[in-house]
Parts: sequence; C-alpha cells; structure tokens
Amino acid sequence: MECKHALALLTAHVDGELDAHDVHALDDHLRDCADCRGQHAALQSLRSAVSAHATRHRAPEDLADRITEALPAAATGSGRPLGRFWSGAGVGAAATAALAIVLGWGILSLQPSPDDLLADEVIANHVRSLQGGHTVDVTSSDQHTVKPWFNGKLDYAAPVHDLTAQGFALEGGRLDYFAHRPVAALVYRHRLHTINLFVVPSKPGRAAPAGTFHRQGFAIEHWTQDGMEFWAVSDADAATLGQLRTLFTAQNTAR
Amino acid sequence: MPLSEQLSSQRNTQRFGEVVLPHLDSAYNLARWLTRNDHDAHDIVQDAYLRAFRSFAGFRGDNARPWLLAIVRNTCFTWLKRHRRAEVEVPYDDELHGGGNVCEGASDPNPEAILSRLDDARIINEALQQLPVGYREVVVLRDIEELSYKEIAQVADLPIGTVMSRLARGRKLLVKHLTQLRNGGSHGM
Repeated sequence: MECKHALALLTAHVDGELDAHDVHALDDHLRDCADCRGQHAALQSLRSAVSAHATRHRAPEDLADRITEALPAAATGSGRPLGRFWSGAGVGAAATAALAIVLGWGILSLQPSPDDLLADEVIANHVRSLQGGHTVDVTSSDQHTVKPWFNGKLDYAAPVHDLTAQGFALEGGRLDYFAHRPVAALVYRHRLHTINLFVVPSKPGRAAPAGTFHRQGFAIEHWTQDGMEFWAVSDADAATLGQLRTLFTAQNTAR
Repeated sequence: MPLSEQLSSQRNTQRFGEVVLPHLDSAYNLARWLTRNDHDAHDIVQDAYLRAFRSFAGFRGDNARPWLLAIVRNTCFTWLKRHRRAEVEVPYDDELHGGGNVCEGASDPNPEAILSRLDDARIINEALQQLPVGYREVVVLRDIEELSYKEIAQVADLPIGTVMSRLARGRKLLVKHLTQLRNGGSHGM
C-alpha cells in the first residue's frame, strides 16, 4: 500500500469504519511506515481527546417538561406558534382539558424501551463475568474448539470467529443467561479490554434491531445478522466495538 | 374529538414519550454545538420536538436517535440561515480524499506531541467551536454522540464519502486550531 492510499484510509480506520480487508492492509502498512504511523497516532490522540474532553451539553431540567406540556396541543394539530403555549396565555380550555386527560392517563412516563432493558442486562452480565474472574468456561483461541463446545448446551449454533490477526483475540466461550434464555457468550481481548459478545437468536417478528449504547462507562454495540442478534459490551470505546462488529459480520458473510 | 381517536392519539403520544424523549440530551447537545449558545439551543430543541411529534406517525424503524437528530439539525440550519447567514455560507472542500496529513498546516512544529497530552477541555471546546459549522457538526456527531458514518449521513443528509472527507478536513482544521490555542494565540481565527 502506498502512503497516499494509507493516509486516505486513516480517518475511517480510527473511526472503526473500515472493512476487514482494508484494516488488514492498512495495519500491514502502518507496521512498516513510521510516517503514517505517526499520523495515525496523532489522529487517534485527537479523536480520544475530543471524545473524552469536549463537553456533552445536557438538556436543562425544564426542557423535558416544556416539551411534554406542549405535546397534547401539538397532537390536535392546532399549529399555533410555540411561544403562546410557553407563555401560558394561549392555553385554551380545550387544550387544558386535553392536557388533564393526558396527565390522568399517566403517560409520557419515559419508560425504557425493551432494548434499553436488554442493554442493562448486557452490562450486568459483563460486570458479573469480570467480578468472578470467570469469563470463560472453555478457554481456547481456536474457533473450531469453542464452537462445538456449545453443542448440546444450546438449542442453536452460534457463529464463532477468531479475530486475533485483526486485533481481537478470542479467549474462549461461556454459557450465560440473557433475555430469559441460556446464550453463548464469546470473550475477546482487545489491548487491555475484555469484550463479551452475546449471541442470541432473534425473536421472530423483530425487525433487525441495532444500535450503540453507553452505560456506566461501558459501550455496547448491538446488531443483527442472519437471524442472530449480537450484543458486544466492553469498557473499550464504541469505535472499537464498531470495528469488532465490522470484522465479525465480514467473517460471517465470508463463511 | 371522538373517544377512539383520542385514545389512539394518546397512545401515539405515549409511544413518542418512550421512543423519542429519551434522546433529549443528544438533541440538546447537537443544537447547543451548532448554535453555540444555550438560549437558542433551548428554543430550537423545543421547536424540533414539536416537528418530530407531528411527523412521528410516519416514523418506522428502531433507531429514533438519528431520525430525531436529523430534524434537530434541519431546524438549526433553518434558524442559522435566517439569523446568521454568514455562518452557513462557508464553502466546503468535499473532495473524496478522506485523509492526508492531519498535522499539515499546524502552527506547531511538533503537533503530535501536543495532541498526545491534550486534556484541557477548555481548549478542546474552543477549538471545536471555531470550526465552520459543516465540519463542526460531523465531528460532534462522531466524537461526542458516537454516531456511525451511516447515521451521520442520515442526520446531515450527506453521502457517506462526504461524511468521511468532512471528518478528515474537520479534524485537520481542529489540529490547526488546537496548536494555535496551545501556543497562546487564537489570532486570525
């Protein structure tokens, strides 16, 4: 790979947005080229500095209330300018009545979505596996050892891929309990980070859900492929988990 | 309004509360970074939420965050065009080169050293504030909101290749601003 080409890929690389093939080619180049390695390090430092220190502004306390108060009015499609509702002057008897019904209904209760609850469970499982020092039931970096180990323990075959060459070393597998069923947990190591990857068959009728979550300092990457849902969790950053996702799905597709 | 209609409208409001309201901090953060002040961000987010509510019936999918952020972003840009036209009329170099030397144009001869011990939130915030809005939005969406390129493309209504080149250009400018601020001068910005 030429430096010009390598430099063009650096941005996508630090963002975990390169496909496995390019990651591999670029990593080879970085090993040999000190200049590009310096650029890569600079970009990575910049990205982590912004992630870690730039302010994430939080909505002021009163904003959620103001929005929920305005919603029933919006629901009637009155199309009145906002300011009148905020001032209170424009709230007619009908709108007040609608608001009373809505409040009486006890809605807008900011209930967590099902995926939010699952994300909490993912974190709990991850923390438990680290606390007990019991991350794996079967210790092996060989996917052909880990995959059959689950036979007879689960009613589905979880895909297992060793991604050591791409920076995610497979440490082994563990039987865990998640979303009301026994599931396969694959354990990867990336630099100093342990990553748990839970593999669960998709519930029928669930449209391929996906997303990134941040909880208690942990990142979660959630995706769906070929009827399986994947939940990766770690104290590594979200870009790293995005990279794992890219590598894992590419391996799955290549099968 | 007949009762059945009222109930269905209430269910809609409830679903909106569950699916869209939890992303309020993201919405506010984006609006705050785009307008660079609390008062305008507050008004814009209120307005954007009402717009979102009106088009919520047409929302399909699992991931409400980019959908909402696209509305917040459009509301911000409409507002900026009206009130601060000069800020949005910056030409962007969207050529698909993606990368290049990040430290090019930095005022310090050794920008890597500065970047590696960068932990001053004030300087980082200031450098980010100085970016033209089209670069600022992609960096905020990527590095603070941790959105994927695909999600950023959806929010900012850009092709994915442009998301990448804007990030590359934006970060390069950021390095330039950071090294200038570190060296004690923000003149010329």
